[in-house]
Amino acid sequence: MTPPPRRRLHHPPRDARGAVLVLLAHPDLRRSRANRRMAQALADIDGVTVHNLYEAWPDLDIDVPREQALLSNHQALVWRHPLYWYSTPAILKQWQDLVLELGWAYGPGGEALRGKPFLQGITTGGGEAAYQVDGFHQLTIGQLLAPITRMAGLCGMQALEPFVLYGTHRLDEPSLDRAALAWRTRILALRDSLTG
Amino acid sequence: MDHSLLGQAVVYLAAAMIIVPLASRLGLGSVLGYLLGGVVIGPHLLNLVGQADDVMHFAELGVVMMLFLVGLELEPSRLWRLRGPIFGLGGLQLLGTGAVLLPIGLLLGLPWQQALAMGLILAMSSTAIALQTLSEKGLMGSDAGQKSFSVLLFQDVAVIPMLALFPLLATLPGSAGDGHGDSFLDQIGALEHTLLVLAAIAVVISAGRFLVRPMMRAVARTGLRELFTAAALFIVLGVTLLMTAVGLSPALGTFLAGVVLANSEYHHELESDVEPFKGLLLGLFFLAVGASIDFPAVAAQPVLVASLVLGVSLIKALVLLGLGLAFRARRDQAVLFAVALCQVGEFAFVLLSFARGSGVLAPEVATVGVAVTALSMALSPVSFVLVERLVLPRLLGPASAPREADAIDEHNEVIVAGYGRFGQVAARFLSANGHAATLLDVDSDQIDVVARFGGKVFFGDASRLDLLSAAGAGHAKILAVAVDDPVKVKEIVHLARVHFPHLAILARARGRGEAYELVEHEVEGVYRETFDSALRAGVDALRLLGTPAAMAWRAARIFARHDEESIQVLAEHRGDQARLVHGSRERTLMLEAALRADRGIEPGEPEQAWDSEGLRRLARGDGD
Ligand SMILES: Cc1cc2nc3c(=O)[nH]c(=O)nc-3n(C[C@H](O)[C@H](O)[C@H](O)COP(=O)(O)O)c2cc1C
Repeated sequence: MTPPPRRRLHHPPRDARGAVLVLLAHPDLRRSRANRRMAQALADIDGVTVHNLYEAWPDLDIDVPREQALLSNHQALVWRHPLYWYSTPAILKQWQDLVLELGWAYGPGGEALRGKPFLQGITTGGGEAAYQVDGFHQLTIGQLLAPITRMAGLCGMQALEPFVLYGTHRLDEPSLDRAALAWRTRILALRDSLTG
Repeated sequence: MDHSLLGQAVVYLAAAMIIVPLASRLGLGSVLGYLLGGVVIGPHLLNLVGQADDVMHFAELGVVMMLFLVGLELEPSRLWRLRGPIFGLGGLQLLGTGAVLLPIGLLLGLPWQQALAMGLILAMSSTAIALQTLSEKGLMGSDAGQKSFSVLLFQDVAVIPMLALFPLLATLPGSAGDGHGDSFLDQIGALEHTLLVLAAIAVVISAGRFLVRPMMRAVARTGLRELFTAAALFIVLGVTLLMTAVGLSPALGTFLAGVVLANSEYHHELESDVEPFKGLLLGLFFLAVGASIDFPAVAAQPVLVASLVLGVSLIKALVLLGLGLAFRARRDQAVLFAVALCQVGEFAFVLLSFARGSGVLAPEVATVGVAVTALSMALSPVSFVLVERLVLPRLLGPASAPREADAIDEHNEVIVAGYGRFGQVAARFLSANGHAATLLDVDSDQIDVVARFGGKVFFGDASRLDLLSAAGAGHAKILAVAVDDPVKVKEIVHLARVHFPHLAILARARGRGEAYELVEHEVEGVYRETFDSALRAGVDALRLLGTPAAMAWRAARIFARHDEESIQVLAEHRGDQARLVHGSRERTLMLEAALRADRGIEPGEPEQAWDSEGLRRLARGDGD
């Protein structure tokens, strides 16, 4: 009998490398319906590293050199998160503030991310109709994501069209599974565009 | 009158006890108090003592101890850091003042040797008065305070060469009792004598290096406090004896021994053991000086004495003012610096009696010197107040009083008492962040281990008041009490609260019970020694059971906050078992509610509300 695999308390492997780095930001995956499926759909893909930020730095105390090494070891960057208060969960903001250093990610000598594709995968509670200029929230997702698109631009990354799943609470299990599959397909295409 | 040893002792002690408190109440300071006491019991007033010279001889041990302590304070590294101001400013002050006073002495008809000695002696300032006044006014950290400190330090050091060189100026037969004219020393030649002196110095230095440590360690192992005192006195008296035997000044020898031991881990211990003896014997010394003032001689020339007092103070002040400005002090700081150091100091008494004893100064000249010194010290507080009220406001404009500033960094801002498992982590963390701490421990083996890794921990029991103040509690900002014995922790906290109320106290507690007690002392922080690591183990257990890390972390923070709060709240019931039990049940229920709420298990899950339909309904105000 083989012993069960050891559970790890400390993430991620320091030397993980590959084509696509997926930063997963969800504070409580036990209670997630959408993002948990999205992350699981990527679990077994070669060349894709899923890095659970809240699991690695639960107190938001991010180890900057480690995060930078992960970025350098991958060719594309993906964010996977729910929309919280029209923005990202807090840890991604903290990640931006700490990891994207002057002279590393931007500014003079800041070349580390230059040319890498950037993709954002988002889930929202609100339905698509609410995210229209004349809708309930009065702004489109594209407008709300402007600061993040600028982040990608300033770092010389190539921002791709975001992958948005609207109105998650109204979606039943099969619909969520279908969305996860579409997400998987999108990531596979991204990976293949790099290695090709 | 009873001139027995016991009778004399009672007279001197009584004089000290009655007159010194009176003098301090009048703001004159203890040095003047002792002098006045001496005058009162001396031959010209009550005439209660016989030969003051005998007592003086014994009391000179106080001076010897004072120089030992000065040596202990002079860590070579600190001297080096302050070398510019100490040697530049201090050297110019001493030589400059001496150079101005020398021709005045000649004009008054003194031979050049006496005029030179007198000039240098009167150039000394009073450490006791100057530092006391400056720190009372919160000026120690100011430019004037720093400059004063440097000059005083230089004067402390300069006493040593002065003691060594004065005998060369001798023109008169010295009075007996200085170890000079010893028959053995008379028989050997100059070369042998020099060799003997060098050998004695070598003995002092190498004993300080190699013998004292093992000796103190052995003493420390016995755990007997009084043996420490015995060892400290043994060092001082042993060196005194050795130096006297080879015809050197004992003060010089003990000073040297002090410097050698300044870097040792027993520094604070030695300091606090010798301190009380020094205080007492120095007091006795000043009493004897007071008793030996020759009043008829002074009274015979009141104009001379009065004009000397004013003239000397004025000359000193002007030299200081010039130097202060030359060393780029602001005008107000230069004035403060000048007035703080313009009196003649207690070292002058030491040097006067030494100069008289070794035949440098004629007795009538020395007596005038003593009177001038005493009077200038008495005037010092008055002139400080006058300058502060009348001169400074003009320089500064009405509103700006001298600014409060940080104390001089002669000690660290943080004292860590107890360098075991707890203190080490805290101190290492601080030092990694650029804050060195003064470290104390009572385990000499532990200290040795740390020393092998290049660390320095002082040996000493922080539950002793004298030791805490020797470690700089008067100037430090934080006292971390990291001792493992809960009884000691309480003692230290209590002591520090009473005597150093300005200190922020961070205290180690063994468990809840100890934490309750510390909370009652209102310390700034209470840390149960195992609480944080236990909680972290709990977090990892939750994670292994499947709780997301961020949730486990938050739960731990809520738990910790709640638990710390409950210690604050329950501390007041700590004697009352029933109320304690009831109170902590209540708190447990509150904690569970708090944890449930944070996990979003309460009705109305937040995510669901973001459903557009739900929000729209809420916005319209028709709820569910
Ligand atoms: C703190 C918080 C803030 C939220 N803010 C928004 C928001 O601004 N817009 C929105 O459409 N949904 C918002 N939601 C709903 C989440 O986006 C939604 O629950 C999530 O995308 C569902 O994914 P999951 O099943 O992986 O948790 C918020 C939810 C939470 C808990």
